[in-house]
Order: sequence, then C-alpha cells, then structure tokens
Amino acid sequence: MCATKTSRAAKAAPKGNSEDYLRMYRQMVRIRTFEDNANQLYLSAKMPGLTHMYSGEEAVAVGICEALTTEDKITSTHRGHGHCVAKGAEFKEMFCELLGKAEGYCRGKGGSMHIADTSNGNLGANAIVGGSMGIATGAALTSKMLGKQDVAVCFFGDGATAQGLWYEVMNMAALWKLPVIYACENNGYSEYTKTDEIAAGSIRGRAEAFGIEAHQVDGQDVLAVNTLTEGLVERARKGEGPFFIELMTYRYHGHHVGDINREYYRSKAEEKDWKDNRDPIIRFRGWLVSQGLATEAEIEALNAEIEADAKAAVEYALAAAYPDGAEVDLHVYAPTDPSVFRPGA
Amino acid sequence: MREITLSQAVNEALREEMRRDETVFIIGEDVAEAGTPFKVLAGLVDEFGTGRVIDTPISEPGFVGMAVGAAMTGTRPVVDLMFGDFLFLVMDQLCNQAAKIHYMSGGTLRVPMVLRTNLGATRRSAAQHSQSLHALVAHIPGLKVALPSSAYEAKGLMKTAIRENNPVVIFEDKLMYNDKAPVPEEEYLIPFGVANVKREGRDITLIATSSMVQVCEKAAETLAAEGISAEVIDPRTIVPLDTETLIASAKKTSRVIVVDEGHQSFGVTSEIASRINEAAFYHLDAPVMRLGAMDVPVPFSPALEDLTVPTPEKVVEMARRLCAGEMIHAA
Ligand SMILES: Cc1ncc(C[n+]2csc(CCOP(=O)(O)OP(=O)(O)O)c2C)c(N)n1
Ligand SMILES: [Mg+2]
Repeated sequence: MCATKTSRAAKAAPKGNSEDYLRMYRQMVRIRTFEDNANQLYLSAKMPGLTHMYSGEEAVAVGICEALTTEDKITSTHRGHGHCVAKGAEFKEMFCELLGKAEGYCRGKGGSMHIADTSNGNLGANAIVGGSMGIATGAALTSKMLGKQDVAVCFFGDGATAQGLWYEVMNMAALWKLPVIYACENNGYSEYTKTDEIAAGSIRGRAEAFGIEAHQVDGQDVLAVNTLTEGLVERARKGEGPFFIELMTYRYHGHHVGDINREYYRSKAEEKDWKDNRDPIIRFRGWLVSQGLATEAEIEALNAEIEADAKAAVEYALAAAYPDGAEVDLHVYAPTDPSVFRPGA
Repeated sequence: MREITLSQAVNEALREEMRRDETVFIIGEDVAEAGTPFKVLAGLVDEFGTGRVIDTPISEPGFVGMAVGAAMTGTRPVVDLMFGDFLFLVMDQLCNQAAKIHYMSGGTLRVPMVLRTNLGATRRSAAQHSQSLHALVAHIPGLKVALPSSAYEAKGLMKTAIRENNPVVIFEDKLMYNDKAPVPEEEYLIPFGVANVKREGRDITLIATSSMVQVCEKAAETLAAEGISAEVIDPRTIVPLDTETLIASAKKTSRVIVVDEGHQSFGVTSEIASRINEAAFYHLDAPVMRLGAMDVPVPFSPALEDLTVPTPEKVVEMARRLCAGEMIHAA
C-alpha cells in the first residue's frame, strides 16, 4: 500500500491519559524555552560559534519522539536541539555542550551541531546535510539483524532530499524491510532558498517510487503527528517498514542565529502569519484548556517552572569548567581490549 | 594603493573573468541572491543573471559532476563548495573524474574548471566545518591546488585558475574574508608555481601556506626582536610547488620550519620537508621541522580548539630551539 495520506488533527484520538498530553505540551515548551535561551547566549556573545534554532517546529520532534521508547534511535540534524530535548535530554548537559564545557553531552567536543545523547537513543546531530541518512538506516539494520524491536527515525530537512545518499538508503531499506522512518521536516526553506526552487516534482513521490508508504502531515499539530507516528512505529516494529513522513512546518528564526536580515528571501508577513495563526504551542495549549485537561493557571505554572529550569541550567553551564587541555587528543580512537586480539579469544 | 578585503578580491576576480569570457559561470548552493553564506559573491547575479550564477539544490556530487561535464564540452565552471569539509562528498567526481580525464583520454579531453572552497579552524564550527583538506586533493595527480594568503593572492590566483586548462582547487581561509590588503586597480595575474618571499632573512626559513603566512610573519617580528632573522616564504600554490625557491632559501639559512593548517601527519608540511631534505641535506644545520594542525578532529570547545592550530608562539618557540642548536639530533 503506497497511498499518500494527509493526516489531519486527530482531535478525538484517545491518548492514554491527560499526563501524556501534558508531557507533550511540556516538551514543546521546553524546546522553545531552550532555544530562546540559546539565542540569548548567542546575542550576548556568550556562546561560541553559530547555532540553528528549532523554534516553530516543536510539534514535529515532540509528536514523533513521544511515539518512541528510550531504546528507539533517532538521528538528528544541524537544527537538532528540538530532537535532542524531545528524545529526553536534560537542559544542563545540553547548555554545557553548547558552551563547550566539560560536562556537556559530548564533553564540549561536539557543540550545537554534533550533540549526541546516547542515554536516550539520540545517535547525534549532524553538520553534513543528509549525513545521517545512512546512520539511521544502519541503526535499523542492526535492529533487524539482532532481532530487536527498535525503530530508527531519521530526521532531515526538505533541503536534504537533494542528497543522493537518501535514494541509495531508501532503496535498501525498502528491499530489506528495515524498521526506519524517514521524517522530512519541510519548513519551506533550505538556507536562503525556497523549497520549490530546489525540489522538482513531489518529495513524497520519491519515497513512493521505492514502494515506501508515504504520508504528509501538518507539522504544527502535535496530536496529528503523534497519532500518525504511533501507528507507523507499531507497524515498523512488526516488519512493515520503512515509512516516510513529510511534516509541513516552519522555522521562526533565520537559517542560523546570525541570519537576521532575511527579507530578501522571506517576508515578515509570512513569518507573522505562521507565528500568529499556526503556532504549535499556542494551538495545543488552547486544545488542552478547551478539553479541560489543564487550566490556564496550571499551564502558566508549567511555563514558569520550565523557564526557571532553563535559567538555572544556563547559569550552571556559564559557570561550568572547560575541558582540560589534555582532553584534546582523547577520543580520537576508541580503546580495544588487547585480549580480543589473541587467537582463539 | 587601495585596500580591499579578501572577499571583495575574489568577487572582483570572478567579475573580471566573467566579463572577459562568457563561458565562465558560477555554480553552487546559495550563490546567486544570497551570494554565499560568507557573502563573497554578493552582486554577481545582478550583473550576470541566474543563467551564469546558478543556485543548486544541496547536491554536491551532482553539481560537481555537472561542472566536470560542462568543462569538458566548452565552458569554464567555477564551482562554489560552501565548506572545504564537503570535499568528502565530491571526491569521486573530483578525483576519479576531473583529475584523470585529460590523462586517460591521452590528452584529447580537458577539464578547465575551478573548485572554490575554504579551510581553517578556530571559527568554533566543530569537526565537520573546520577542516583544512588541501593535502588530500594535492595528493591526486591532475589537480592543481592554490592557497591564497591575502586579498592580493586571492585575486591574482583566481584569475589564473579560471584561465587554466586543468581542474584547480582554490582554498580560501574562511577567517580571512574580511581581512584587507593592498590590491592594484589594474589587472594582474599570479602565475602558479611561483613562491613569494614575503620577508627576507638569514637565520631560519619559515615556509607557510594560507593564513599561516600571517602567523609566520608575526613570529618573524618577535624573532627579529631577539636577533633571529627569519625568512618567510609563501608557496602560493602547492601543486605546482616552487621547490626551487624553497630549496634555495633552505640552503641559505640552513634551518627550516614548515607551517600549514592541515593535519600534520601525511600532510603538506611532510611533503615540503621531504623535498628539502632530499635536495639540501648537507646544507642543513638541523632537521626540517613540521608544524601542522594536531592530528585530531577539530573540537568545538574553544578551550580545546585553540590548542590544535599552529600559532605565532609555537613557531617562535620552535625557531628559538632550532637556532640554539637544540634540535640538531631531534626527530
Ligand atoms: C552536505 C552539506 N551541504 C551544504 C551544507 C550547508 N547547509 C547547512 S544547512 C543547509 C540547509 C538545509 O536545509 P534543510 O535540509 O531544509 O534543513 P533546515 O535548515 O531547513 O532545517 C545547508 C545548505 C551542509 N551543512 N552540508
Ligand atoms: Mg528546510
């Protein structure tokens, strides 16, 4: 079955209980709050280098990751903070990594574009567009080969669909029925170029050409994303994968934090429209209140708590120590127990 | 003389060559209206249009391959590869195709293309956006490799590269785009394979590429204050390499340090050191020393990244030890 489906707001989709919904809301707000703080760190010149903000796309990462277990794997992108938070990462270790501190998830070696959080199955962000497509598909191969139940989700942008690697791995994933879900975050732009100018034909059609079931979903609707993903994850675990999802979304900031004057490629009116009318957090908040799952006061309290968490984590990270210089040539090669090289071992 | 930035120099070179020869065109990601993330190509699309300043999808092997084919059939493409690190994506098209076609065809086919890209760490861009990979392509016969060390070189070498009938890879240092240098208004080209003696000296030769030329010039100042007279030489292209000038200097000063931002092992510093050893062994007072980037992926943390690259202090320290005779039996 290769029908292209457009899943709409799963208004009545019964999730387990109100805790699940509140956790989804919480995770989206955590991402937004993390990004606001990261942006401030950049603007106040406290963060080395540049970073790419995930704000606006929260429902994509959260809707998908809430359908996964800790053992399930994800691969992330240069715009990866959202995936990292959604998969379960802590603020403290994330901010430490962004600031190049020793207590960061990667001991300061990776930074924003290379955060990996193996404790939660995040195999890493990637600064090479499309660079993780092989990795995610390989993780799915491991799962199948070792008879595990894990599913791998490969996050990538619309721009990454221009990378040839994707077509090579989709072919193999389809041939071998691997439990991988390709999640294309179509935010309408690749850097300073509109998606229409870099993608011919239909993106979903490309997955379908390999016999891969392809879906398109409103990436600003966390319930729609989550409901769709839950179904696909369950089927992927049963060997019915791979799958493709195109998530229609929008990035609020520039391509990176330094991309301030962007009217030559994207209008302010367009940005305002997405922010005012399709914001995933505002929309879901309204739904939670209308369903009686939370009161405005409870939501405000939650927001404040997250704000305070982020502030504390930022302060901690700013004061934290840099790695010792001796670490510079540590981790170039992984150690191997010499006993394994004995014949017969 | 007027001063312009390295970025403006590259822009001018391209503009002049595109006016001179209508078969010259630019192809790459966000090169047209955006003028690249470093804004190096700003304004070119206004003059030459999107037919000659062509934006591509993020398909590096695809557009490099197309440039090879276009070059073989009558045009002169200038490919923009946004980061030197992306060379790894295009290696087949560049090294198996572009580099070998003239040779394999017994001289009947040519690939007059330029691949513009960059190198250089300490921009806090981590391991996949900070590499200096010029040694990798210099290893492949058939490719020429230029490493401009200032706006002046960037312009003159680019114009030569575009008129070359061979594939040329030019690496600009991404931290130098805003650095100004005197650049003449009148047209000039810098020939490949001609080193530039930036500073004359008697006691030691510092051979430096790209931004390491600045590093060595600073080191030479410090050394001069201590009574050590350092000669600084910029080869400008590593393929072809002006071995003659380097050897003559080695024979004159008897001590040499080679400084380059690529990884030290199996790199440019090793190659140049070997050539000098082979040709000037009996003239040397000490082994030719290498100073490259550490053999580690470039770390993100500033506390670590700064340790990985050659600095004026490191050059000075090594030069002092060489001149004091400390390293005669080293290595
Ligand atoms: C192989 C490669 N080519 C180019 C780049 C430069 N680059 C970084 S992000 C980006 C745009 C990616 O667009 P998309 O995949 O849509 O992701 P988005 O930024 O919109 O989330 C480009 C061209 C890169 N990092 N890697
Ligand atoms: Mg995009």
